Amino acid sequence: MKIKQISLFAENKQGHIAAPVRLLAGNGIDIRALVLAETQQYGILRMIVSDWEKAATLLEDAGFTVKVTEVLAVEVGDQPGGLSHVLATLDACGINIEYMYAFPRFRADSAILLFRFTDPDAAIACLQAAGINILASEEILQ
Amino acid sequence: MKAVLESNEANCHPASAPDFTPVDELRALQLARLQAVVDRSWNHVQLFRERMDERGLAPADIRSLDDIAKLPFTQKGDLRDTYPFGLFASPMKDVVRLHASSGTTGKPIVVAYTQQDVDVWTSAIVRCLAGCGLHRGDVIQVAYGYGLFTGGLGAHYGAEGLGATVVPASVGHADRQIMLMKDFGVTAMCCTPSYFLHLIERAAEMGIDIRELPLRAGVFGAEPWSEAMRQRIERLSGVEAFDIYGLSEIIGPGVGCECRRHQGLHILEDLFYPEIVDPESGATLPDGELGELVLTTLAKQAMPMIRYRTRDITAILAGRCDCGRTVRRIARIGRRSDDMLIIRGVNVFPSQVETALLEVEGTLPHYQILLTREHGLDQMEVEVEVTPRMFEDKIGALQELNQRLQASLDRVLGIRVRVSLVEAHTIERSQGKAKRVIDRRTS
Repeated sequence: MKIKQISLFAENKQGHIAAPVRLLAGNGIDIRALVLAETQQYGILRMIVSDWEKAATLLEDAGFTVKVTEVLAVEVGDQPGGLSHVLATLDACGINIEYMYAFPRFRADSAILLFRFTDPDAAIACLQAAGINILASEEILQ
Repeated sequence: MKAVLESNEANCHPASAPDFTPVDELRALQLARLQAVVDRSWNHVQLFRERMDERGLAPADIRSLDDIAKLPFTQKGDLRDTYPFGLFASPMKDVVRLHASSGTTGKPIVVAYTQQDVDVWTSAIVRCLAGCGLHRGDVIQVAYGYGLFTGGLGAHYGAEGLGATVVPASVGHADRQIMLMKDFGVTAMCCTPSYFLHLIERAAEMGIDIRELPLRAGVFGAEPWSEAMRQRIERLSGVEAFDIYGLSEIIGPGVGCECRRHQGLHILEDLFYPEIVDPESGATLPDGELGELVLTTLAKQAMPMIRYRTRDITAILAGRCDCGRTVRRIARIGRRSDDMLIIRGVNVFPSQVETALLEVEGTLPHYQILLTREHGLDQMEVEVEVTPRMFEDKIGALQELNQRLQASLDRVLGIRVRVSLVEAHTIERSQGKAKRVIDRRTS
């Protein structure tokens, strides 16, 4: 149910994202979703990739600072109000979101939202009770 | 074996006997040797003779150890000015070895040894290593640079003289160092403390826990390091960490070393006579007072040094060490007067930066100090490498880390410092000796 995400520390300087991305590309790893959180000095590159174990090993061996974290992939109807419904559900359960990013047009009529929660297990229970679909890694990576 | 050594350290190696000389005997020996070295320098070293003449002094004027204060100082600049062989007191045919500093600023300094000097040096390091509880049967990996630098060969001959098994790894190739430590059952490391921390970090990345290896002691020197760094090394590696002191101008490593009491470094006083002076006035200070360490070689032939200004700030500790050694101790050297940075009029030592960074949990001291001048005002920036252990996948957590580092630096240094988190392995590590300060201020 939880999906492995690769987070990478990078300085906010020209070319600093290119090197790790090139390394993954050169080893046949597909980046399925990606987001960059940045400050003036540095940033965190977060990625969902086709083979997280291989990606983490490659990046670590190349000297990058990497953390493997777990996120939830939530399917949201691709229409006005889809996201709003999910957020209202989480809010009603008192679930705290640390960050989120979107993976739009995942299917013809739905998008995926990737969430990192303070308490992922509580989030799973809350979303499932409301009948909201949480995707497994195989579904994301297919 | 360990218990025997601890109960009777005097017997741990025959070479250690001079460490326990009764004080009266030691002072008499020091005076006789001082007189001999003054005589030798006066006869063979032109610069020394000129300076004695200027003061109207002759070797016969040295009648007591206190008379040493009459003698002229020797400075690092004197070695540069007389480059390469101007301070030698032996003919080249008697010189069996030369060493030299790396010479990053201007000409290097050159030091020379007769066979007897090499033997004295070896015996000094044997005494240091024996004081650390090492003995025949230990496997000692020497990860100081071999070559012109005195660290590698000095530690090598000392460890061999002790009867231990030496692994002459030299510096660099961290993965191979760790492989040797593991495969050869290394029990002691000789290297710089910053290089050892690098090895600990690398071993963890390789999935090797140094605490599970037979390694039990580390004899670390060639750069100032703090008590906080010792605690960190001991906690992460499980080794007992010893501070060894020395400088090429005097002989190399082996001028002094901690014993297992870790209450200061014993100076091998029968070979190297210590004084503490006021760094400004040059006046001799009594034991217990903080000042610049000045050393005189008492048993060196090829290149005797008389009252050499080390630039190291320390104090001679009053009182006898519990280990029973009669040779006096100096406090650990946290700073060199040369290292002092003046930033917006405030004195800052790199060792204080290290202390501040170590106070923040989870921070390994891979850092660099950058000094710049903006609109005529000095700016100090500390770059800190983000290791996997420190890294959190949240911008807020990184900002908080940055703030904690900055607050700690502000508190310890008393000036405003900018902290930058940088990617791991981006700060240059040169020859195992960490390059801590980059000064881009143009005066």
